[in-house]
Amino acid sequence: MRYIRPQSIEEAAGLLASAAGPAAILAGGSDLLVRMKGGFIEPELIVDIKAIAGLSEIKETADGFSIGAAVPCAVLGENAALKKAWPGVVEAAKLIGSKQVQGRCTIVGNLCNASPAADSVPALVAAGAKAVVAGPNGRRTIAVEAVPTGPGRTSLAKGEIIEAILLDKPAPNAGDAYQRFIPRTEMDIAVVSAGVNLTLDEAGAIKAARVALGAAAPTVLLVEEAAEVLVGSKLDEATLERLAKICAGACRPIDDKRGTIEFRRKVAGVLAKRVATTAYERAGGK
Amino acid sequence: MAGVAVSTTINGDHVEYLCQPDETLLDVLRDRLGLTGAKEGCGTGDCGACSVIVDNRLVCSCLVLGAEAEGRQIETIEGMAHGDQLHPLQQKFLEHAALQCGICTPGFLIAAKDLLEKNPSPTEEEIRFGLAGNLCRCTGYDKIVRAVQDAANVMKGA
Repeated sequence: MRYIRPQSIEEAAGLLASAAGPAAILAGGSDLLVRMKGGFIEPELIVDIKAIAGLSEIKETADGFSIGAAVPCAVLGENAALKKAWPGVVEAAKLIGSKQVQGRCTIVGNLCNASPAADSVPALVAAGAKAVVAGPNGRRTIAVEAVPTGPGRTSLAKGEIIEAILLDKPAPNAGDAYQRFIPRTEMDIAVVSAGVNLTLDEAGAIKAARVALGAAAPTVLLVEEAAEVLVGSKLDEATLERLAKICAGACRPIDDKRGTIEFRRKVAGVLAKRVATTAYERAGGK
Repeated sequence: MAGVAVSTTINGDHVEYLCQPDETLLDVLRDRLGLTGAKEGCGTGDCGACSVIVDNRLVCSCLVLGAEAEGRQIETIEGMAHGDQLHPLQQKFLEHAALQCGICTPGFLIAAKDLLEKNPSPTEEEIRFGLAGNLCRCTGYDKIVRAVQDAANVMKGA
């Protein structure tokens, strides 16, 4: 096995593209090293991207935020401007693992590990986040939901690296939120989760909505029908009930010891209601 | 097979070593440098027994490669006491009997040190959440929480 710490994204992409055997990108390593230890992956090459300039920074621009691929989740929680703009994204990222894991794990790693239960992913999808993909043929920007294609699988081609996650500056009167269900208080992975991002008009009616569910299907679900139900409403009880019903119906969950299909469907609806309520309050609605 | 040459700082001392590319920082500390304070409990980042501080961040050294230590500042349990002078946390762990078998103790001490440096007056809840990445199968945690609270009081008074 080789360990290389390139200085530029071009060099990193070139190394990955020309690797003869299995190659892995290392940022926080909180998934990679566990998978190596378990024998699930035996990389011939590890490309540590932490020395690449800019990848360990959160940049605030006129358009919003660019979160580098090597920024640990703990740093997201320490960034006051990001926390204020996207509280749902930050609360989701902060749910991943212990303090020790927070010091290493990244949202790009969470996305590329492609677990259906990844905590930060539904929040990012609800927020309309985009991924900047750098590769041998240059850069492209894609929606976060276009990255995972199934458990453990992504749409990234050989040699491609997600360099950063982009979040727009939130619209006025907007708010996002994320919650997951786990059977304990901390240190677990989602049985079901929901991320919601709402934008209100001056009268407090919802004018734009994005609803995403995690651990409810092989990949994160962006539930467009749920958003359609919310738009135009002031999140009254009847709207919340319709939201819950649509979210429960949109799930295609697995049946396992952590939750039955029936349970996951029901909880998806309950969480969607609670998370929408929090997002609505954060957007300034009541 | 040639190793990766690493130059780093551990507990304030400049250290150089050669390691294999797939070797964890925990293995380097224990097997190459003789720093056996950090323990391997699970090896998968769940138990916190291997906790160390890298560039002011608490991490599990089992989830860091030895090669990644290049140019970093690493703090381990071996750097916690000053000669015979125990750190207040170490002293309070003894006084409160906040350990039995001791395997988790170095990890708890490092994690508690990181916690108190960032939050000198934590509530009981903040201590319990802050140390949730460290598992103890002996004490039931209460004695550990009391020891950390007591150490926090001592350190604030110092």
